[in-house]
This record gives sequence, C-alpha cells and structure tokens, in this order.
Amino acid sequence: MLQVIKNRLEQGHRTSKYPKEPINIYKRFRGLPRVDPKCEAALVQRCADACPQDCIDTESCRIDLGRCVFCGLCETLSGGRFAKFSQNCEMGTASRDDLFTTGDLPALADHAKKHFKKLFGRSLQLRQISAGGCNACEADINVLNTPFWDLSRFGIQFVASPRHADGILVTGPLTKNMRAATITTFEAIPHPKVVIASGACAISGGPFYGSDEIIGGLNTLIPVDLYIPGCPPHPLTTLHALLSFFK
Amino acid sequence: MDKLLPIRNNKRVNRADIPDLPFDTFRRQLLACAAKGGQVVQFFAYEDQNVCKLLAVMRTDKLYIGGCDAPDAFASLTAESEKFHMFEREIGEQYGLKAEGHPWYKMVRYHANYNGKKDVFDNDYSQEIPGNYPYFRVEGETVHEVAVGPVHAGIIEPGHFRFQCCGERVFHLEIHLGYQHRGVEKLLQSVPMKRMPIIAETIAGDTTIGHGLCQAQALEALAGLEVDEGARTVRTIALELERIANHIGDLGALSLDVAFSPPAAYFGRIRGEYLNLTQILGGNRFGRGLVRAGGVTHVMGDEQKQLLRDKLAELTPEVEHINELIFSSPSVTGRFDNTGTVSRENAEQIGLVGYAGRASGLDYDARVSFPTECYGELPANSNERTDGDVRSRATVRREEIMHSTRLIMRLLDKQVEAKDYTPQELPLAPHSFVVSINEGWRGEVSHCILTDTDGKILRYKVKDPSFHNWIGLALSLRDEGISDFPLCNKSFNLSYCGFDL
Repeated sequence: MLQVIKNRLEQGHRTSKYPKEPINIYKRFRGLPRVDPKCEAALVQRCADACPQDCIDTESCRIDLGRCVFCGLCETLSGGRFAKFSQNCEMGTASRDDLFTTGDLPALADHAKKHFKKLFGRSLQLRQISAGGCNACEADINVLNTPFWDLSRFGIQFVASPRHADGILVTGPLTKNMRAATITTFEAIPHPKVVIASGACAISGGPFYGSDEIIGGLNTLIPVDLYIPGCPPHPLTTLHALLSFFK
Repeated sequence: MDKLLPIRNNKRVNRADIPDLPFDTFRRQLLACAAKGGQVVQFFAYEDQNVCKLLAVMRTDKLYIGGCDAPDAFASLTAESEKFHMFEREIGEQYGLKAEGHPWYKMVRYHANYNGKKDVFDNDYSQEIPGNYPYFRVEGETVHEVAVGPVHAGIIEPGHFRFQCCGERVFHLEIHLGYQHRGVEKLLQSVPMKRMPIIAETIAGDTTIGHGLCQAQALEALAGLEVDEGARTVRTIALELERIANHIGDLGALSLDVAFSPPAAYFGRIRGEYLNLTQILGGNRFGRGLVRAGGVTHVMGDEQKQLLRDKLAELTPEVEHINELIFSSPSVTGRFDNTGTVSRENAEQIGLVGYAGRASGLDYDARVSFPTECYGELPANSNERTDGDVRSRATVRREEIMHSTRLIMRLLDKQVEAKDYTPQELPLAPHSFVVSINEGWRGEVSHCILTDTDGKILRYKVKDPSFHNWIGLALSLRDEGISDFPLCNKSFNLSYCGFDL
C-alpha cells in the first residue's frame, strides 16, 4: 500500500491542458507540409519522381495528404525549397478533396456536417475497426486513453460493441479478408452514425496501394465523414480532428 | 548437415553456390539439423524461370542454407518435426505445393496462390473468410466451444480464436489469422525500389525499426554498401528504444489484465515518452523514415544526444519504481505465477523466439548469435527466471528494459556522428541471395532477398517472430482457465499484421 502511494506521489498529475494550452512537439516531427507553388518545375518533378507514395501532383504543386506517409523525402531532396514539413498536427478534413493541398487546409471546425455536432457533441462513442494496416494507427489511438491525453474527459470513448457506438473509426487499407467483417460491424451500429477514416491506409490504401489483396480507401465501400491523415496520425492529429469536428 | 552451406547474416551469397540437392537429401538434411536442436529461420518456395524451388535457412550457432527443386507434392517434414509446421502450410498456400502427411494442413492467411496452381486446401476464395475454415474440435457431452473475433472488443487487430472448453477449462485453442493479409511479399517483389522501405516499415507498425533494419541491411549486402559507424549507432539506439517502449506498454497492460490499474496508467504514459525519444531521433514516434539502405536519414547531434540522456535519466528510476510496484504486489504475482506455462521442451519443439523463448529457457538472442550494427561490441543480457509462465515472460521484459537502457547510455557516449544521408538508386548484385536477421523487440525478424540474373528482385521473403510464436500462445492456454486468456495473450503480445503480411 505504501508503495502504491509512493508511486502515486512520484507520478503526480500528468494530464495535458490541451486544448487550452498547446502541446509542443520536437522540431524534427513531420506534420502538415507547406509547399512552395513557385518552386522550379524541375525540382518539383524530381521530388514527384522520387516520392514513394506518388502523392505529389506536379501541375498543381499539391501533395495528397491522404496518401502521403510523411517520410520527408521531398523535403530532403529539395532542401526545403519545394516542401517543408511543419510541426502542425492539425490536419483532419471533412472532404477527401481538401487533402490535396499546398499546406492550407480549410478550418475543420467550419465543416458542412454540422448535424454531427448536435448529435454527438456532448457524447461520442466510437467502435474502432482495424482492417489491415500495421497496428501503428491502433497504437496511437490507444495512446489517447492514457492519462496524458485522457480522451474520456471530452466525452469521447471507444466502446467494445458496435451496438453501443455512434460511429466507426477505421484504420488499415481494407483487406479483402476484412471486407465482410467491416460491413457487418458498420451495419450493426444504429442510425444516425458517423464514419471516420484514420491514417493513410484507410484514406487511400497507404503504403499498400496497388496490392490486389486490398480494397483501398474506405470511401469506396462506405461514405466517409471525417478524414484523419498521417502514417500513423499523431495522437494530437486525431484528438484535434475529433474535437474540431464534433465539439 | 554436411550438405548444407554455412552462410553469414547479411552476407551476400552467390546463388550458384547454394547447394541444389535432390529433395530427399534436402529433407533429410533439414530434419537432421532440426533433430540436433537447429531451428528454421526461413523455409519457403519461389519460382525461377517457371521452375518451383524450395529454399531453407537453418540456424544452430551458425546459419546454413540449402535448396532443391520442389516436387508438386512432397513428404511433409512437419510429420517428423513441428518446427516446419507453419512454413509448410505457407509453402502450400503461396505456391500450391502439397506437404503430404502434414498433421494439421490448412491455409495460413486465406488467399489464392501466386502461380495459379490448383489450391491444395480446396478453398474457394470468392467466399469471404470469416467462419470459412475447419477447426480442431473436441467432442463430448460437456465440451463447448467459444468463438472470438475477427473483430475484438478493444482497439486491436482482427483475428479469430476458437477455444474448446470443459467448463472454464481450456482443452485446446486454435488461432486463425489472415484478416490483415495485404500482400506485402508480392508488393515487395514487384514495386519500384523507392516504395520498399515504406512497405517494410509497415509490415508491423510496432516493429518499424526491426523490419526496416532487416530490409536496409539486406539491400546494403546486395548493393555492396558500407554503413558508417555513426549511422550504425543511431540504428542500434532506435532498435533498443523500440524494445523498451513496447515492453513498457505491455507490462502496464499485463498489470491492467490482473486488475491492478496504477502501473497501467503510469506505463501507458511512459511508453509515450519513449516513443517521443524515437521521434527526437527521426521525426516520427515509430521511427518511420529513419532507417534507409546506406545509413540513417537524420544525424544524431549533441542536442539530440543530450535530450535522450536527460530523458532517460529522468524516466529510468520511475520505470524501476513502477516495476517494483508490479512485481512486489502479491495480487499480481499470484496471477502471474504458474499461469500460461510453455515448457522448455515444447518451446524448443515449436521454435519459440524472442523473450517468449528466453522466458522458457531458450537462450537464443539474435543480437548475440548473429550480431549486426553495434551489437558485436555490446554486452549480452541474462535472464533470471525461465519457467515459461507469464511471470517469466514479464520478468524477462523487465530485465530487457534495464539492459536496453544501459546499451543506449553506452552508445550515447560514443563520439561518432552519422554522415549525411543522400538517397540513391541501388543496383543489386545479380543472381544473389541474402538473409538478414535482427532481434526485434518480439524476437527474430528476418528478411530474405533473391535476385535474378539481371539483379531484379525475384523473391522477397519476410518472417516476423510472430510466425513462430502464435502457436506458443495456443500451447500456453492448454489446461488454463479461459479467463486467463487476456493475460497469456498480453504476455506474448504477438503481431497479427506481421504474421498476416
């Protein structure tokens, strides 16, 4: 018992004050990229050719954040002249098209699906489905339940049964082998329900695009309401997206 | 074993030098090696100019390789040694080669084979997978079945578990995975090289560094690249940070599974602190984009070193205090002790690797046996408790956290800096083979690459430690109460996606 108290005192109170106070992330972190559209065409082309995810459009100088895995190669190759990754984690969008960006994302809080705020603003219960992928998305969603983030203080919880849920949060590129289970889980959730695609895989197939064992982006199977980019999304990206979209 | 060729970890082998044996000799050689305590590192099929071939890498204290032309159907090795069990099923699934006399022959991941042969399991893959697989069943009036998954209650990956129980007692557990199968191996041997590291890093997200490192080393061996000492130091630190973060998360979760929640809350947060240390190194919490063939993408300067040192100095006493709290609580040890035991004999027979193997008394640690990066100059760990139960697996992890911390502190004192990394095209040596082995946090991670006469990748084979260890989890449940499943499961914490590929 004494040891429990001793440890409790040593650990203290560690929950972050976010969103009242910002969370500082180390400068090497690769968040929302900023693209210079005036960058010379040859350099853009070089970055686009080298991009492992083929997510740079040379004509519009846009990066597809739904496909980008934030490896930072375009920044390295261009010495930051074409793209530069910021420490900004706020990347959630309500539309797939908004993810094709030069670095200016529309404010998520102004999205058109206001009815979700009314429905779930005070209490949101989500069922997570892992449909392929590598478990990194799951790991960083689980992190939101640790004392530092303490997701439930916002009235958001991940629940065991789809019957208790207001929506699904899907990770992974939707493998063929998870198709049936994903649909069954989705259908088990009572209406009205919300659909969230989390991570590059669920948005576009991610690192596995082109594989014939996957279906690819979730919205080819179920219409998606909220997109959370990243590979995996930083816990702050997920938290910011959930709070802006629903609160 | 005299007909197998001794090879070395991460050293290129000319494919012409690989012994091409008649199947019967190949089979006898592998079985002889297994009988003498040898284990399977890799055993797979591949196709070269429309000829199907088998290739095996075995390990004792050395590595051995041998190959043969694959008969369409062959006498199962598993019938004589369980070490080949999963490998033979995988060979059947991937290349339609039937292992006759295999005692439990069914698919591994549920997908059509690569070469369009008749399916050896008679599956119709247009049918969806859930429930579409035969099970080992125990018959009897008081026997009942419990089916769990693919979608589980928490935020975890999908898989199906089928328990055969008498009351609360588990007679048998069979685990069927495959839901996460996304075609990793096929992608790796067909995509342009620029995509390869991204895919390797997402084979198992919690083993990003482990798998990324295996691939980088294999490509370096085939391209004849040398890695400077600074980069090797960063890679070793990253691999050890990955080990610590995962062990800490799991010890917290183990504590939660026996309803002792304070350590779970503390370790939940502290795990994140270690992930953030990896982020200091390379800009991502899981180490994405850090390891690349030829070196590392980020130099570790004095600033990063100091941040790591300071944070480790702050965290290490906290971690030890929480561990003392866990391991001194009778309510915890009462549940950990003698639960989910895998005997040394069973562990050897099924080829357990990593901390699960070490907790059952198998010393094998790839960092010691086949050292890569900086491991040759670093001291090995030793384990105090090797009874094969949950307590042993938890204790081994506790010991490894402290050992890895000491390794990192030592490496941080080295006065070397990695060279700047420049991405480059890598021409691979033609007609070559390489096997790469690293001790990931879960155990032996291994990648194999075979190139054709033009230096193109002919076959890319991945093995996650989970491929060996899932069967260990099933064995640990024998004769246990079904309510101890979460505890046993967490004590192994195996990868679904690493297994499913």
